[in-house]
Amino acid sequence: MSYNAAMIPRQNPLDDAYAGKSAETRHLKPGELSTGTTIMAISFSSGVVLCADSRVSTGSYVANRASDKISQLHDHIWCCRSGSAADTQALTDYVRHYLAQLAVETGRPPEVKVAAHLMRRLCYENKDHLMAGVIVGGWDPVSGGSVYNIPLGGACISMPFAIGGSGSTYIYGLVDSEFKENMTRDEALALCKKAVSHAMARDGSSGGIIRTCVVTEEGNVKGYISGNTLPYGPAGW
Amino acid sequence: MSLSLQAGGSATRALPSAAGTTHTTSPITTGTSVLAVKYRSGVLLAADTLVSYGSMAKFKNARRLLPINSRTLIGGSGEYSDLQSVSDLLKRNALEDKCTADSLYEEENNEECAKEVWSYLRAVMYNRRSKMNPLWNDIVVAGFKQNDDGTTSDEPFLGVVDKIGTAYEDDVLATGFGGYIALPLMREKYRPDMEEGEARALLEDCLRILFYRDCRALNRVQIAKVTREGKVLVSEPYELDTFWDFKGFVDTKAGLGTDGGW
Repeated sequence: MSYNAAMIPRQNPLDDAYAGKSAETRHLKPGELSTGTTIMAISFSSGVVLCADSRVSTGSYVANRASDKISQLHDHIWCCRSGSAADTQALTDYVRHYLAQLAVETGRPPEVKVAAHLMRRLCYENKDHLMAGVIVGGWDPVSGGSVYNIPLGGACISMPFAIGGSGSTYIYGLVDSEFKENMTRDEALALCKKAVSHAMARDGSSGGIIRTCVVTEEGNVKGYISGNTLPYGPAGW
Repeated sequence: MSLSLQAGGSATRALPSAAGTTHTTSPITTGTSVLAVKYRSGVLLAADTLVSYGSMAKFKNARRLLPINSRTLIGGSGEYSDLQSVSDLLKRNALEDKCTADSLYEEENNEECAKEVWSYLRAVMYNRRSKMNPLWNDIVVAGFKQNDDGTTSDEPFLGVVDKIGTAYEDDVLATGFGGYIALPLMREKYRPDMEEGEARALLEDCLRILFYRDCRALNRVQIAKVTREGKVLVSEPYELDTFWDFKGFVDTKAGLGTDGGW
């Protein structure tokens, strides 16, 4: 018996190897960096905690092991960035610029909701050209602490907590089971650090150190947890 | 008895496989770099204990440094199932040799030396690649050479065989990412009469740097050695320390006044 292999269309995985594109970097343009990442934000009683890992990877190479993925958009508004590093940095620059303008025009600090929707407009209108997942979090006098998750397509969803990035898939269960409404600042911080540590332990594209930012009416407190003092280390079990 | 489910041996006759051509697939569960260096009393191998499932760190206590017989060690990167298959094959050969030996005395043992294992493995890997069904591994073979009279030579042996059957011998070797990041460092520091402590520190340093810079690496590692006295020893896995507290790392980079968070 013989089979005509040509009748059965099959993509030979080796073709990709010959074309030089691995499964992990196919979506990236040549030389582009990805913040394969774990990001998280929780709103608590008097503000918001933002948390992120620090690994920036191109394929399997760690291009930066201590990057800062929590970017400031305005005095009390921050965002966590995941996806293409270039895309998210550009988006952050635009939103920062427009928010600064808005603050001058209205004479008031912009609301977190406005910042989030501005980010969403940019992500949505340019969805074909962007690969960016962003979590916007901050404090304003109108709504207190709020968190907005803006995933790839440009939807904008307000939630009490948000997780994002490639590493978030490993901690949905953990965060679902441990999150409670109206946590204190310390409880929220502890949960963020624990969850991001667990994600870093399992996701190859996340790792390094954990950066945190606590945003309240009083101001912003940036935190740093070294890679060898994580609540749950990368070697795990 | 073949447990292969190829056409001709399948349980169901309803669906013949699109057979005859390629069975190659991309690797599914993979191990990253293996490092190896000759030193004063023999050869030292090092590898982490992570087997990844794509980008997921799935198995964190896997063994990639495997003794074959009492004087040969292999270390494998790439597809883990293929490495286990190779290890089974080589161990099966070693057992057969042991059972069919002329003598039971240890001095007259006829176990294959490392160089023989390496040559055999080369033939196996090349044969599989010629059938378009490679074993998706880079395998390091470490041990000693053999004198003409069959006794173990004093000269350490270190070689590597890759998935397409290239066989290469050297004093210092690394597979995978290790080739880019660790090998230049190892070559710089290598001396033929290095003490074990020095060689071990070199390998640990390289493994640490690989943990920093390879997304598929872990800081839990194993070191193994083959010594001239005829010992093959594989350490228990242990964790490496890492350093993250440079000022440039600690300081925020993504504030309003900075350039964007890199």
